This record gives sequence, C-alpha cells and structure tokens, in this order.
Amino acid sequence: MTEVPVIHGMGSAVKRKEDVRFIQGRDTYVDDISLPGMVYLDFVRSPYAHARIRSISTERAKGAPGVVAVITGKDLQPLGLDWIPTLSGDKMMVLPTEKVVFQMQEVVGVVAESRYAAADAVKLVEVDYEPLPVVTDPKKALEEGSPIVREDKRTNHVFHWEAGDREATDRLFEQADVVVGQDMYYQRIHVSYMEPCGCVAYYDSVKGTPTIWMTTQAPHVVRTVASLITKIPENKIRIISPDIGGGFGGKVYVYPGSIVAAVASIVTGRPVKWVNDRSDDHPSTAFARDFHMRAELAAKRDGTLLAFRVKAVSDHGAFFGDANPSKFPFGLFSICTGSYDLKAAFVEVDGAYTNKPQGGIAYRCSFRVTEAVYAIERLVDIMAHRLGIDPAELRLKNFIPPEKFPYRSVMGWVYDSGNYAGALRKAMEKIGYEELRREQEEKRKRGELMGIGISSFTEIVGAGPSHTFDILGIKMFGSAEIRIHPTGKVIARFGTRSQGQGHETTYAQIIAEELGIPIEDITVEEGDTDTAPYGLGTYASRSTPTAGAAAAVASRKIREKAKKIAAHLLEAREEDVVWERGRFYVKGAPAKYKTIQEVAFAAYTNHPPGMEAGLEAVHYYDPPNMTFPFGSYICVVDIDRGTGEAKVRRFVAVDDCGNIINPLIVDGQIHGGLTMGFGTAFMEEIGYDQDGNIYGANFMDYTIPTAVETPKWETDKTVTPSPHHPLGAKGVGESATVGSPAAFVNAVVDALWPLGVTHIDMPLYPWKIRRLLEEKGYALDK
Amino acid sequence: MFVIPDRFSYTVAHSVEEAVELLHTLEDSKVLAGGQSLIPFMKLGYASPKSLVDINRIPNLDYLDDSGESLKIGALTRISRLCDSELVAKDYPLIHDAALQIADPLVRNLGTFGGNVCHADMGDDLPAVCLAMNAEMVASGPSGQRVLAAKDFFVDRFTTLLASDELLTEVRIPKNRRGCGGAYLKLERRVGDYAIVGVAAQLEVDGDGVCRSVGIGLTSASTKPIKASEAESWLVGKSLSDEVLDKASTLAMNTSNPLSDIRGPAEYKKAMVKVLTHRALKLAYKRARGGL
Amino acid sequence: MTALIYPADAKVRLELTVNGERRVGEAEPRMLLVHFIREVLGLTGTHVGCDTSNCGACTVVLNGRAVKSCTVFAVQANGGSLLTVEGLARKGRLHPIQEGFWEKHGLQCGYCTPGMMMAAYDLLQKSPNPTEEEIRRGISGNLCRCTGYVKIVEAIEYAAQKLRSDPSWRSGGD
Repeated sequence: MTEVPVIHGMGSAVKRKEDVRFIQGRDTYVDDISLPGMVYLDFVRSPYAHARIRSISTERAKGAPGVVAVITGKDLQPLGLDWIPTLSGDKMMVLPTEKVVFQMQEVVGVVAESRYAAADAVKLVEVDYEPLPVVTDPKKALEEGSPIVREDKRTNHVFHWEAGDREATDRLFEQADVVVGQDMYYQRIHVSYMEPCGCVAYYDSVKGTPTIWMTTQAPHVVRTVASLITKIPENKIRIISPDIGGGFGGKVYVYPGSIVAAVASIVTGRPVKWVNDRSDDHPSTAFARDFHMRAELAAKRDGTLLAFRVKAVSDHGAFFGDANPSKFPFGLFSICTGSYDLKAAFVEVDGAYTNKPQGGIAYRCSFRVTEAVYAIERLVDIMAHRLGIDPAELRLKNFIPPEKFPYRSVMGWVYDSGNYAGALRKAMEKIGYEELRREQEEKRKRGELMGIGISSFTEIVGAGPSHTFDILGIKMFGSAEIRIHPTGKVIARFGTRSQGQGHETTYAQIIAEELGIPIEDITVEEGDTDTAPYGLGTYASRSTPTAGAAAAVASRKIREKAKKIAAHLLEAREEDVVWERGRFYVKGAPAKYKTIQEVAFAAYTNHPPGMEAGLEAVHYYDPPNMTFPFGSYICVVDIDRGTGEAKVRRFVAVDDCGNIINPLIVDGQIHGGLTMGFGTAFMEEIGYDQDGNIYGANFMDYTIPTAVETPKWETDKTVTPSPHHPLGAKGVGESATVGSPAAFVNAVVDALWPLGVTHIDMPLYPWKIRRLLEEKGYALDK
Repeated sequence: MFVIPDRFSYTVAHSVEEAVELLHTLEDSKVLAGGQSLIPFMKLGYASPKSLVDINRIPNLDYLDDSGESLKIGALTRISRLCDSELVAKDYPLIHDAALQIADPLVRNLGTFGGNVCHADMGDDLPAVCLAMNAEMVASGPSGQRVLAAKDFFVDRFTTLLASDELLTEVRIPKNRRGCGGAYLKLERRVGDYAIVGVAAQLEVDGDGVCRSVGIGLTSASTKPIKASEAESWLVGKSLSDEVLDKASTLAMNTSNPLSDIRGPAEYKKAMVKVLTHRALKLAYKRARGGL
Repeated sequence: MTALIYPADAKVRLELTVNGERRVGEAEPRMLLVHFIREVLGLTGTHVGCDTSNCGACTVVLNGRAVKSCTVFAVQANGGSLLTVEGLARKGRLHPIQEGFWEKHGLQCGYCTPGMMMAAYDLLQKSPNPTEEEIRRGISGNLCRCTGYVKIVEAIEYAAQKLRSDPSWRSGGD
C-alpha cells in the first residue's frame, strides 16, 4: 500500500481555503468592483417618519456638476417598480410617490460621475413634506384610531397567527399548582454586518442582459423574483453575490438601492454603483426582533413543567418583509417548548405595521427561534426561582430524555436527536457549578451581588422538507453540482452563499471525505446565478443541513459511477470492488487498486463501453426533517452596586451540533454568535422616539462589542449525530446567538432575585440595574 | 451620503505665525490638527468649514517638557504619546488614565492634546483633566500670545475662549510634587465611547494625609466640561476620611447638570458623578500617598 | 506669507510611498485618504465599514502608525509613507500577522481583517510581547462582527511569537 494522502475530510481542523485572498486584500466585495464608465447612486432620505410628499423638485440637482440622472418614485411607476413584492406576500415601497413611512427612507435617487458628486447633488433636491401623525409602538398601532401606516391596507394589523392547542393549554394552567408569567420586550436590533449593503448594476442594452453584483445571501431567489416582476427572461438576468462582508440575515432582503441602481443603469446605459454608508444602512435596512410578549409557564409543585403559553405583538415596520417560509408567518416560533417535555403549549402573535423600516428578519436565527428560546428559557428560570428549586435541577428534571428521541413535541415538531442533560452536566462540570453556588451564597451574606444564569436551548434549523417549507412557492432544498476533471481535480458549485461561514472549506471537506480527494484539489464556488445550481441561499443555519447534505449525496453518486469505472479498469466484477477513502481495490487483493484520480482520468479516456463519459453529479437535496442542534450555556456575572454594571466573569458554552465537519470553524461560529448574544443582552438597541426619530443609527450611537468588553468564551461540545442527515451534522451558525441572551439575563436576574427582581428587559444597561438597586435600597454611592 | 464632507479649501501652515495669519485671513476657517473629531463632524454634516488650516506640519508643537516650572504639553502632542510616556505614567497618572481611555489606539495615534481640549465637547476627556489640574492654556493670535486659565477656557459645548483666529499652542500643567496624585475614572457604554460620566481628580496631601489642594473636573456632567468647585473648596484642609469623601462627592453631584440621552438618563448620570467622584478621589489619594 | 492655498475644487497632486513604491495621484482637498487608496491607487483591500470613525475597517499604517484612513484627508498624507494590507507580505512570503490570522482562524467574512491586521502591526511594533489584555485593548478601535475576537487574539499572539523568533521581519514592513 502506498501512503494515503492527507485529505482533510470530516473533523479536520484545517485552516480555511478562502483565507488566502482575505488576508492579502485580494478579496472582492461589492464596493471593490469597478467597471468602465461606472457612475454612483446616492439617495435623498426622509427626515420624517411619516409625511405626505407635497412636491419634489429635482431641477437644481439635475443641473449640478457630474449628475447624470435623478430618479423619483414617479419615474418608477410606469415600470411597475415603485413597489415590489416582499418575501412574505406583502409589498414594499421602492421610492415613494405619495408619502414616506419611516425616517431615513429612500426618497429620490441621484446618479453622478463620482460618489462625491452624487452626495453633493443629493443636497440640492428639494422635497416638500407635510408631516403626518406617527406610530412607532406596535401595540398602539393596533388600537382603534391609530395613524394608519399603509393606506393600501387600511389597517395596521398584518396577521394573526396561532400554534398549539389553546384549550388543552388553558386546562393545564387551571389545574397547575404554580403559574408564573412575565411581560418581556425583545428589543429591536440590527445585524450590523461590517460591510454595508450595496450593488453594482449593469444593463447591457445590446444583449438585453442585466447583471447585478449585490450583497445578497440568496442570489437565485433575487433572479427569479426580478424576472417575474420585470418580465425580463430569467436566463438573461445574472445575479452575482461576490464576497460578502457578513450577512446574518440582513442581506436576504432586496433593498430599494438595488432596484433603483438597476433602473438607473437602463436609463443611463452605464454601470451604476450603490453602496450604503453606515448611517444610511442602519436606519433603512431590515431589523430584527422588536417583539412584545407575555409568556406564562405552568407547573406542579414538585417542579414538573406542564404547559407554556405566549401572547405577543410583533413589529414589522412599514412592510411585512420577513423572509419566512410561506406557511409560517411568524417563523418557527412554535419551537418555544424548547428542551422540555411539556404536555401542552399555545402561542398567538399579532403583527403590526409601524412607522419604521421593515423588521422581523431572522437575525442569525432560524426564523424567530431566538425569541422562542428567550421566552422559554427566561420562564423556566423564573419558575425555578419561584419554586425555590435550583435552575439547573429544574431543567434536568424536565428535559426530554434521550430515550424519547425522535421526539414529537406538542407543537408537532419531530426532534431528531438530543441529549440535553449531557450538555448541561458537562457545562456545570466545566464551570464548577456547585462551587459557584456556594460562592454566591457567601457573597450574598457579605452584600455582594453575583449571579449564575443557565440557558439550555434547542434550535430548529435546516429548512427544510419540501412538504412543509417553501419561500414564495420555491421549495427549500439544498443543491450541489460536482464535476471531477480528468486529472482528478474538482469544481463544486452550490446554491448557497457564504458570508463568512467558510463554505469553500467545509464543502470541500465533505467532498474530500466522500471521494478521498484532498481539499486543495477542490474548488468551491457559490453566488453566481449563471453557474451555480438553483438554491435558496444561506440563512437559518441551513447550508450544512441542506447543501452540505447535497454535497455528500452528489459525491456518493459520483462514487457509484467511479466504482463501475474502477471495476472496468481492475477487470473485476463491480461487486468485488471495495471503496476505501481515495481508492478502489479488489476484494481480497488490496494491492490491486485504482485511485480516484486514476478513475477520473479513465472517465474521460477509457470509460467502459456503453457508459457516458465524464464524472459529475448534481443533487437537489430534500431534507426528510429539520435538524435540532442544542446546547447548554452557563454565565457568571458580578454586579457593581455603585454603577449598576454587570460584568461577565465567565461564560461556558457546551454546544451539540451533531457531527462536526471543521472544529475550527464551529468554534468560530460559536464565538461570534456568543458575542452577538452578548451585544444584544448588554448594549444593542435601535430605539425610536414618539415622532419616529431613530436613535442607534450608526456605530457611534449603536454600540456593538469590541474585544475589550467581550468575555473570553469557554467552549466545549457533546456530539449527538442527526440520524437523518447524510453526515450526521446539524448546523451551528446560529446556536449561540439564539441560546445566549437568556443566559446573560438569567444570570443578572439571578443576582438580583433576593432583592425581589424578577425580570429586566434587554439591553441590561447599567442605568436599568442601578435604578432597580435604588428601588430596592441596595444601591451604593461609592 | 454621510461619508462625504462638503468641499473646503486647504492650506498647510508651516509656523504658528503663519497659521494665525491664515486663520485671520481665510473666511470661515478651522484648524485641522489630529482631525479625529473634526473630520467625523464634517462627514456627518455637523461642520462645513469653508477652509481648513492644517497645522500638522508646524515643527516643534509636539512635546512634553517638564524641565521648567510646569509640565508643558505641545498642542500637537498625540494622545498616543501621552499613553506611551513613562514620565506621564509615573508623575501624571491623571493624564495617563484619561489618555488611555480616549477613543481607541488608532484615533489616539492622530488625535492631539490641543485638539481634544479645543473641541470642548462635554464628552471629551481632556477638558476635565485640564480643569482638575488647573492647567494654563497658551494661545497665539494676531495680537500675540495670551495665557488662559482652564477654568475660564471652556465657555460652552464646542466653544472655548479662543477667538477664531487664535491657535492653542501649549497646555501647562502644574508640576508634579511629592504628595500629589490623580486619577481619571470613566464610565462607558463600551470602550472608547464618549463618557456616560467621567471624573478627573487631582490631589495634593501633606504628610498627615490632609488635603492641601484639590481639583475635580467632570466629563459629560453638564452641557460643557465643568469643575466641581464646591467639592474642591470643601475638601481643602480636611483629612480624607470616607465621610469627607461622601460629602465631597455629593457636592460634586450637586454641581452636575447632565443631559438625558442614549448614554443614560440624567438622574443616573448624576448618581454616577457621585459614585465616580468618590472612587476617583480615593484612588488619587492612594496614589498621592505613594500607593499604586 | 508663502502658504499655498488649494481651492476647494483643486486637483491636488499627491506623491507618496505606498507599500514601498513611489505613487502619485490627484485628490481634491476633501477626498478621504481611504477613497484615495481604494479608488485612485486601486488598492481595495482597505475597506469602509462606517462613517463615524468607529469600525477600523479602513485602518492603514501612515508614517509608521496605524490610523483610520477614513478620518484623514488624502492631502494630509502627501509626501508620507503608507502601508496597506497589500504591502504586508514580502517577496511572496506572508507576514507573520497574516500567517497568524490564517492559522488561528482569525477571520470569517474577512471584511474587518485588513484593518485588524494593520492595527495588530502597530501594536506589535510598540509591544512585541503583548499580554492578552494589551492585545484586546490594542484592537479596540477595530470592530469585528463575526469572530468574537477570541481567535483574533490568538492570531496576534501567534504573530508576536513568530516575529520575536524571526528577526528578518523586524525592520519595518514597508
């Protein structure tokens, strides 16, 4: 036997293939693209949250140096592009013709020879507004007599959605020994990818082909929708998603900038670049959360949890644009029974329009799973404190036991696999839980405030099975197309789009594992609709569960054919040929073998008679079920009784995402998600005053964590493979953002519980904690 | 739309005299020093000067000189130099504390002592330091040089005593003596942000620990940088017991008149003036007595 | 009085050393250095992530110190020396900082990476053997939304160690 090459398959912590260009500045983000004759688009934006447009005067701007076009809503109207459909069956204003509906909304597009000339000319456009009454609180928006945001809808009510069994749940609440309830607000936050949204649009008028390079997580969907709206044949439209500087859900959407840039390119015959500045981007792109809920949990006195119910109002801004699967207007919130074996649950949500940009994006979360996990994990903690049972003990008592998997929840989901107690016990051991509780006890006696918070989350990701999941009717499969060249090198293309998740490496590792070809020999491409197989893109932790599975299945198809070729080369019967990673040998004679590379060469030069030449496969993977990653997080905080600051002393995260493809990448995903969860819990919030003025519109006002305040994360894992995924993997991109906020809040509330504090809404600003300390007579002045 | 500043004419001044003359002659001109407050302001449209006078190439305005009666800090001295200076770290811990908490290392590489002081935002850190240290500000104008006391210098938010054609060239800090100690404490939403509240305290104590002199400057505690004068007068001549510090920090709090904003409600900020004053005085005292 | 006043719409001719090479270009006085680097010099490895001098994606080394190139006018850099991410590697050899980021998974989407590396470059010049706390403070002007910073810290520790043991990188990178 010759030496087996190092291929870096499943489980290898190999460094990423894509990094070569990023660390040398040879990446290509949208703003790096420069085409001959390119012009720049900038926007006049609304100073008002709600106002009728009396008139728009563009004359001065049109006459300004370097200006080549000025585009208003009236210019888009004849094209049918003043409004476009959203992913939720609503529609979204591109540029207004009648009124503006949120502050900083795009009003007029100005195109000029340089970005400086465009910015100058923006200031010359005169818009006469008549301010209208504003509504920014979704609960008020649903009241009688509220200002109506959408005159075409005549109401601010977007939808009413229910899941679960109301009667069974109510019955259990009546019978329960203990019921706890809490009003909670999950604040509005922004994903804050480092690269703001933008595009370069070029319409080739000779060929009739629009090409748009854009910051999108789902280029194929954009192409299909663009074709349906404009009637331009889909084969003529090309959407290219180049390197993406973070997406986190915020780049699933198509924003007015891309539409206006495309129109401007048709009008001017030149390539048009639009790139948001940060202060444009934060107030006008989609937001996450903004969710008011009343959650209640019922239990027996011994701590057996019985039932859970939630009544909530969600704020969708001026347009209902959530990128939800069409059967789930409020996403997968019904995963809210979490890790617990409950008898019944019921949730109802009303969506409201307000004078804010569209909200409700799945911010690093599989469609509202974050809100669901927050609700149940907060309430379980409150219940534990109310019953005087340790929060870890209460969880361990009520977890779905490992032997019950696959487990059908009362909400109808079939959890694939899990070992919740295993993850929690590991986290407790790693952090020294018992010792910490003892320390807390002693500190309390000395008047020091220390808290320990747990979150034992279960996610639902990998949308999804075609019987249940589609967006605008398009099924949510994953796709892979793999071609082996004669020399045994590979190109593989996918319908997903990495925004930093490392697909070029993980997909190569999957193919390497399945075909025994080293990852260096495998090129992975995504994002170009002209070359990649159709796919719904990357969000909701779906890439590994769907496209990763497709890569495995397509590789196996290739291996099937390769085996036939190998049998031909080895002059053996196919059933006597054995696969061992990277080679085929004859049963009983391992020295007689053909490598996958030799087989690949033969596929083009010496394939069996009657067989098609070539070695390639395409697979569209329809997952049989969702995957259910889980984990347990434990956070320790110390509270300064003077300033109200809560300092995270330690944070242990034990994640279980099934089988791991690249541990380095998984660690990175968890670190990043925890940091986002930390930001959400302690410092991030987009707020509005009553007049609809935004605060938190840029990085000066909207604070995201730096390296200094970010805790030093301690991560560990358990491995419970998914039984239905070809690789046993589950997806991990979002676990930490989803699971961690409750751990932080639980820790701070745990510290303050003896003072009579049951809840604090995020962000846990020091002033909020200080105010509570003052109310309870516990604040210090030094 | 936001990243692009309005147009301006640009001149490099090669001497203080030249800078002053340019400021005097040019219409609506502004001094460009480190630019770390001015340029963001111009990008966001808060400032649109018609002309900028770049003073970065004026020689000999970047220095720390303690050879005479006071520590002389050249107006163009970069904040990072204060952070890296052993002299500052050892003898002027208040300045060192504050410098290390201004924005971030990259901004500090360009940002200057003079710029931070002249921007005179309520949230800038060095004005409070100058107030606490009873600094003197040396300015050059068309009619020559004048020396201004820090306590008079900060007129209002973004407004100092400097005329539009005057250039701050130097800040003089009373020289460190035995028994002196200072500290700057800053409460931030995240590192490098403008202060929720900041307190600068500088003390001189005698061998018995009795306060001989004291200066307290407050950041973000009003619409402009302010001095906690009542607390200062009350402390002089007293031993710094916990009760004395309590009273002093209450007086400082009463001096403050902060605004409610995204960094917190006014009542919280007031309370924090008290908490931080207490802690800053305590730390300053420890340092004055030869502790950390 | 000899000062040359450039009118607001002047095309100022700038000459500077960029990554060791002499480069010339024109900029009106208000042009930000980052736009000059990206659009005039064509070096797009330096990115723009915000407009308030918070994110540090545009960090470059100007005259030996890391600065935010969105908060400097291009005209200010005239005659100066500039090091950008494109100039970090030498003769096809990755700089230890680049190596560290690659080895330790110090990047995900890559957008903050060039700025982060240039900040690290400055930090390691000043402080060749930094503690974890010093590293965290040293990159506090650079926001990353992907990594949670843990692996960035490890990357810089890796680079520091490598730089200490390999003196050939010692004398500047530009």
